[in-house]
Amino acid sequence: MKAHLTRRYWFAASHRLHTDKLSEAENRAIYGKCNNPFGHGHNYALEVTVSGQVAPDTGMVYNLPDLDLLVRNEVLERFDHQNLNCIPEFQEIVPTTENLCTAIFNILKRKLDAVHLERVRLEETSQNSFEVLG
Amino acid sequence: MTVYLTRKCEFSASHHYHNPAFTAEENQRVFGKCNNPNGHGHNYTLEVTVKGSVDAITGFVVDLKELKEIMNREVVDAMDHRYLNHEVPEFKAEIPTTENIAIAIWRRLEPKLQVARLHRVRLFEMHDLWVDFYGEA
Repeated sequence: MKAHLTRRYWFAASHRLHTDKLSEAENRAIYGKCNNPFGHGHNYALEVTVSGQVAPDTGMVYNLPDLDLLVRNEVLERFDHQNLNCIPEFQEIVPTTENLCTAIFNILKRKLDAVHLERVRLEETSQNSFEVLG
Repeated sequence: MTVYLTRKCEFSASHHYHNPAFTAEENQRVFGKCNNPNGHGHNYTLEVTVKGSVDAITGFVVDLKELKEIMNREVVDAMDHRYLNHEVPEFKAEIPTTENIAIAIWRRLEPKLQVARLHRVRLFEMHDLWVDFYGEA
């Protein structure tokens, strides 16, 4: 039997939406308040969904402590209480939540080989969220 | 046109994880704190999603009262304030992980639904941990 297991995590980070490929005026027009030069922050909620067969001997799709450890080491430790613009992933691209969600998906996808990464969902605020499906 | 309808309910139950084919050390290593033989409990939240066509006369996909009664009878009455390992037949042989409870709930509900089809069983063990089962083999 195939089941989907979802775990929810939280981290807090700041960012500024700005690209050198556009003029100052264009940046302000497109990104509005998010273009404030000093940046601003969010409490991000991250949902990681893995899927696979429920192992008959354990009753589990994936060992939860292993997933927690992976997300903690690869995502939370790197992004929590950081300025996203200073992180290697966002030197060339803008740390929108679309790009952040995609970056987290790619980081986890590379490390998860025993189970399928079904979905990464990232809430920037309680009113907007982004998903990348595997 | 297919419409999806979700109904939520809650139940509280205790359980522990143990596989008699494993040694005591293996059980402890694989299941950690969940292997405590005296058990521990959760407030489970169950979301049942059914799908179907909207009836031209009633405007319903399913009679919610009927769905609520089925969920209460098949799940809440059977599992609420129970020790799943000892009091729910499915878990005499299977470990009552969230995955297996979701599958057991699907198997209990699916044959009882007459009009709408069961689409998804979503079972929250905690607010930050849940399992979805779509009836897939």
